[in-house]
Amino acid sequence: MDDQKQKMTRQFIEAIPHSRALGMQLEDIGAGRAVIAMDYDPRFVGDPETGVIHGGAVSALMDTCGGAAVMSYPGVTSTATLDLRIDYMRPATPGQRITARAECYNVTRSVAFVRATAHDDDPDRPVATATGAFTVEREKSA
Amino acid sequence: MSRQRPEPVQVVKQRRDAALKSLVHGVPYIQFLGIEFDRRGDELTAVLPFDEKLIGNPLLPALHGGVTAAFLEVTAIIELSWSMLWEEMESGRLDASAPDTALPRLPKTIDFTVDYLRSGLPRDAYARARINRSGRRYASVHVEAWQDNRARLFAQATGHFLMPGRDG
Repeated sequence: MDDQKQKMTRQFIEAIPHSRALGMQLEDIGAGRAVIAMDYDPRFVGDPETGVIHGGAVSALMDTCGGAAVMSYPGVTSTATLDLRIDYMRPATPGQRITARAECYNVTRSVAFVRATAHDDDPDRPVATATGAFTVEREKSA
Repeated sequence: MSRQRPEPVQVVKQRRDAALKSLVHGVPYIQFLGIEFDRRGDELTAVLPFDEKLIGNPLLPALHGGVTAAFLEVTAIIELSWSMLWEEMESGRLDASAPDTALPRLPKTIDFTVDYLRSGLPRDAYARARINRSGRRYASVHVEAWQDNRARLFAQATGHFLMPGRDG
């Protein structure tokens, strides 16, 4: 991915209102891959008894990360989620930051297939994994 | 045969609304998204009032796919908890209006699959969940979400949940 596209994609991701509301930070992006992190926040708790972050917030992180990976793929100008399946492996440890990594493992003319994992401070035991299909809008080429 | 006189309608409503309120308002993330629940008898409709912070694509603009997923997942979890709570409440085993009553623990999501049918418009969204199977340990729930027309869904989802243990 050239610098110009990388810069534009980064700006686009960082301008998403809901990603900003969740405090998402784009850590790395390029060539069909993205890494996005989200700090622990008591407002995102799903189970008040345990203090564990709501699955929905993890879904939002996975969706954003998947979409960012697709946007960063060469020639892609825009994308939308077609479907997203999330498997919750274990509760995220309260207080810890969650980091999602997504990669396009196959991209056709109109669809991108994406895999993603999310982990907290323990990188060896994922909190959640996801697979999704995203639409692909391409640059108009001659 | 003597029958007990039915409770006054306001007493029944007050008890049910108090139980629902404590269930929904106890979860910070539901408050963060601004989701509320309408109740008609035991039927719940989740309502997501539009807010700028829910936008995912500012160019269209459209709701964030993650917001849609979260809205559906919240609806499924509350429906499951509500159905457990309803049974306990109606049988008189639980008095949710008593402030110190511990509400049942929430189910845990095992997996959740969202089917995005069309982009979410920048306006209010609604959702209803249907419990397709609810066993002692596992449950399967389907959720539908719409905006202007009930028949024109913008997303649907299916999820599996681990039910909380009743005795701790």
